[in-house]
Amino acid sequence: MSILKKALTTAALASILMAGAAQAETKRIALVVKALGIGFFEAANKGAEEAAKELGDVEIIYTGPTDTTAEGQIEVINSLIAQKVDAIAISANDTDALVPTLKKAMDRGITVISWDSGVAKEGRQMHLNPSSSALIGNTIIKLAADHLPEGGEVAVLSATTTSTNQNTWIEEMNKVMGNYPGITVVGTVYGDDLADKSYREAQGLMQTYPNLKAIIAPTSVGIVAAAQAVTDAGKVGQVNVTGLGLPSEMAGHVKSGASKSFAIWNPIDLGYAATMIAYNLNTGKATAEPGAEIPMGRMGSAKLDENGEAAMADPFTYDASNIDQFSSIF
Amino acid sequence: MLKSRETILALAILALLAVIAARFPAFVLPANLAAVFTDTSPLIILALGQMAVILTKCIDLSVAANLALCGMIAAMMNGAAVPLPVILLAVLALGAALGAVNGMLVWKLGIPSIVVTLGTMTIYRGVIFLLTDGKWINAHQMSEGFKAFPRAQFLGLPVMAWIALAVVAGFALFVSRTPLGRALFAVGGNPHAAVYTGIHVGKTQFWAFTLSGALAGLTGYLWVARYAVAYVDIAGGFELDVVAACVIGGIAIAGGAGSVAGCVMGALFLGIVKNALPVVGISPFWQMAISGSAILIAIAFNARHQGAKGRIILKHAEVRA
Repeated sequence: MSILKKALTTAALASILMAGAAQAETKRIALVVKALGIGFFEAANKGAEEAAKELGDVEIIYTGPTDTTAEGQIEVINSLIAQKVDAIAISANDTDALVPTLKKAMDRGITVISWDSGVAKEGRQMHLNPSSSALIGNTIIKLAADHLPEGGEVAVLSATTTSTNQNTWIEEMNKVMGNYPGITVVGTVYGDDLADKSYREAQGLMQTYPNLKAIIAPTSVGIVAAAQAVTDAGKVGQVNVTGLGLPSEMAGHVKSGASKSFAIWNPIDLGYAATMIAYNLNTGKATAEPGAEIPMGRMGSAKLDENGEAAMADPFTYDASNIDQFSSIF
Repeated sequence: MLKSRETILALAILALLAVIAARFPAFVLPANLAAVFTDTSPLIILALGQMAVILTKCIDLSVAANLALCGMIAAMMNGAAVPLPVILLAVLALGAALGAVNGMLVWKLGIPSIVVTLGTMTIYRGVIFLLTDGKWINAHQMSEGFKAFPRAQFLGLPVMAWIALAVVAGFALFVSRTPLGRALFAVGGNPHAAVYTGIHVGKTQFWAFTLSGALAGLTGYLWVARYAVAYVDIAGGFELDVVAACVIGGIAIAGGAGSVAGCVMGALFLGIVKNALPVVGISPFWQMAISGSAILIAIAFNARHQGAKGRIILKHAEVRA
């Protein structure tokens, strides 16, 4: 009995000592995700671990609720406050509901940033967007142009005529068209994010423009449907389908050659950059104020706008060389 | 009168093709027309099922959700390496079962079909979400044979088009030559008279829903294999296209009147419009307005021609009573 008691006391003492030591030396950064078990966030955690290894004195606490609710995240944040972590980097399930809890965290001196899915301005020091409309607009035309050294006709297959995201991206794309001489956008059609309508519109594009070289679909339903339409029309190699899509959904079409490349944010980079920013803010190497540039290690630096938001980078390009690695992730 | 309606519809389709050809001549090449027919096959199959339901004074709004659920199940069975013939039988059976649920509720509980199918429509979509957590089944997760079957060429047409033709032929025989087929018209035309002739109204409606469901199940597989993707929202809103095809084809929404030829042409008309709009260079903002106008014109036309009601026979008996 007394031996057991002694052992327990020693263990308790040891753990207190170790915890004390750990707190003095390493920064504990909590990566709070929308829900556990989602491939996208598991990949972000991989990036966070990479940043931790690079920084050396960082411990990542990867956590989140079991389902995508704001209540679940509030519980998680409260327990992180109790554990006295150094920083919280969160992808929020609700813009406003988390603000009071996160404010409490900031009052206790915890660095709070949001990434991927943001919280309202009062609830965080800064927000890291995976990309920006301008960068996306440029990327989608660049993806098409990269495989058209001679130039040629390209067309856009969008979602609905009223989709805010797609319309903004296409607008941004048109602004930079001057940088891609030889590439002409011959038309924009709308597949309404329905597989059958997108498929039909893609067929229509190939019929109307026999010299069409690429279809740019900045929507995940459209890009898959267009790739299938190109395959069925026997025009693989002739018409390249590109745009924004998810690796798991596009893997087959990249392998068939219908799509040479497409883009979407890279969750690994996102987790990496969020960790770097949280570390730099917490250690005082940077401050979150409008106009500030916060270093993100290998991802360059994030420039904050007046709302305390920053864009990480161009969307990441996926092609035959990396599709297998990512298609199992998200 | 019915005969003239089909003639007018046929002329309208020819006129439509002529207008399209004037702007985009390649549209009327035989190969392209075959492609348009193939593309319209799902609509034709579903419209025939819907016709059976509408003939009995009911409506089935759950066909697209039924299609999506059966398509997802087909893709999941394919993922579990189930052979294709088994998958085909399974989707037919599952579709029929889902349709039978509608039929049962309409028959046994006497709930209006529009309410029943509005409910089951949401439930069926919800079930897909529960089965998949909202995840997609993508091209590379489907076997080659599964995707190739509807595309396989046979005597110049893809199998998908042949299936549609077979369904049309079978359905024409069914409504004209079988007791149940005739009962559909009797139940919708005059339910009370149908009861006196020994036709069970509820049971007839039940079988109409089951048939519609089975066809939706079959189309579910064809759809998923053709577009090589399955997710919760496939064929979203397609039930309205199916009802529109019936209406344009002259199937009386009040039941009891309509023909297989009209229904098929109604579906073809919509299919041609859908396939032509992307190539004739009409602003997408106008496309929906054009589709909508076609439906309104058809309905107005139907209403004008619905003047002739049943004749009163035995006038003397009525006067004496």
